[in-house]
Amino acid sequence: MILAKNLIKSFGDQQIIKDVTIEFETGKTNLVIGRSGSGKTVLLKMLVGLIQPNSGKILYDGEDFYELEKKELLALRMRVGMLFQGSALFDSMTVEQNIRFPLDMFTKSTRAEKDKRVNYCLERVGLSGNNKKFPSEVSGGMQKRVGIARAIVLQPSYLFCDEPNSGLDPKTALLIDELIHGITEENNITTIINTHDMNSVMEIGETVSFLSNGVLAWRGSKSDILKSDHDELHDFIFASPFIQKLLDEANMTPP
Amino acid sequence: MFQLDCMSFLEDFGRFLILIKNGLVRPPNWRMYGKELVRQMYDIGNGSLLIVGLIAIFIGAVTAVQFLYQLNGTLIPTWYVGYIVRDSTIIELAPTITCLVLAGKVGSNMASELGGMRQKEHIDAMEVMGVNTPSYLIMPKIIAALIVIPLLVVISAFVSIIGGYLASVMGGFMNTQEYTRGLRAFFLPYNLWMMLVKSTVFSFILTSVSCYQGYFVKGGSIELGKASTNAVVVSNILILVSDYLIALLFTT
Repeated sequence: MILAKNLIKSFGDQQIIKDVTIEFETGKTNLVIGRSGSGKTVLLKMLVGLIQPNSGKILYDGEDFYELEKKELLALRMRVGMLFQGSALFDSMTVEQNIRFPLDMFTKSTRAEKDKRVNYCLERVGLSGNNKKFPSEVSGGMQKRVGIARAIVLQPSYLFCDEPNSGLDPKTALLIDELIHGITEENNITTIINTHDMNSVMEIGETVSFLSNGVLAWRGSKSDILKSDHDELHDFIFASPFIQKLLDEANMTPP
Repeated sequence: MFQLDCMSFLEDFGRFLILIKNGLVRPPNWRMYGKELVRQMYDIGNGSLLIVGLIAIFIGAVTAVQFLYQLNGTLIPTWYVGYIVRDSTIIELAPTITCLVLAGKVGSNMASELGGMRQKEHIDAMEVMGVNTPSYLIMPKIIAALIVIPLLVVISAFVSIIGGYLASVMGGFMNTQEYTRGLRAFFLPYNLWMMLVKSTVFSFILTSVSCYQGYFVKGGSIELGKASTNAVVVSNILILVSDYLIALLFTT
């Protein structure tokens, strides 16, 4: 479980995150949704320690991230996996080398053990046989899957995904969602996903936190969304003209 | 305005020192760092050898030809050309010009590489994994440069002397005996130390400044271009300033 407690973050005069407290549950896909500029990415980067909050606490199963000693912090970081929006694969390394990188850097496993783990991760994301390809030789969807494989290679307890579906077609996006959800359930990890893809929300949104202007405006599950009477949330969820048209044709109005 | 510039300089200098300090930690995996060091040494050495050699030939040739021109009509014997080419190359031209050129080639390359990694979130990805990025990405570059660039400077000095020979002897201005007499005259081994000290200091400046510029890139391709340019400009200025200070320290 990850608890973000009273987080505040400003850049210059502009306050981006305004006293946000959120709990992310273990074994669940916790989605953070919100409009562009609502503070989702800043929140995620604070959770993984890439941006330091002005005040507030981040507790990983009770351990305060910013109070840890160097050694403890490194141990915690090895239990964290992250999928970046642009996959962030190292261009000069092959798919296999990318996935192997954390193993080479932090473990003393034998070559055979590393090979076995890399091949397992590749198989888990459905990319067996692509070991020797470079990131530039695979599609955007495959890059995301390699990113997921790299994120889970050290068997993390916490998985962070920043816009995992951005730039992907709906079918590939669904595949990525299912993959992340499956991995979360299998390994009982705490997964936090930043997204504004409504399909993801409806598919895998076990807990959904809606950020608006740096404030946690709403929180619930995917089924709660349809029952909620939160205007801003509805404006966000049903903003698509296509969905509006479908609702009109079905003679329905958003709840 | 001046106050702002001073503040900005102090801020940059402070961040630079912190970056270097953060890089000076015991690596968690010596093998990975060793591999990165060898890769950097190969990139710097192999990638720069041709241009360093080419520039060095002309440094020697131009020094010889211009000194011959200055000797014209004086009582100074022509064999002095060998002596002047040797000492001006060893003391000044080989370390300084080689490092100014390498700041443009190696330095801008390092700034672009790190800046690109910053923009593509590669550095963030490593940080999240727990990699100490100043240590893994910057230190091998600096150490590789501290090993390879002085070697390149030694090669450059040697090639410059050959360049001087080609211009003065092959050019028909003197014979081989005269040139070698000059080369052997008034030799001070101390000057070689000065060359090595200069090249080591310049190597540190050009790599650390370039890495600093690339590591902290913010924004898009325009900022990356600016960082690359700043890496070269700032390195060159600092190389020239430190050249003066080292000259002062070693010769007075």
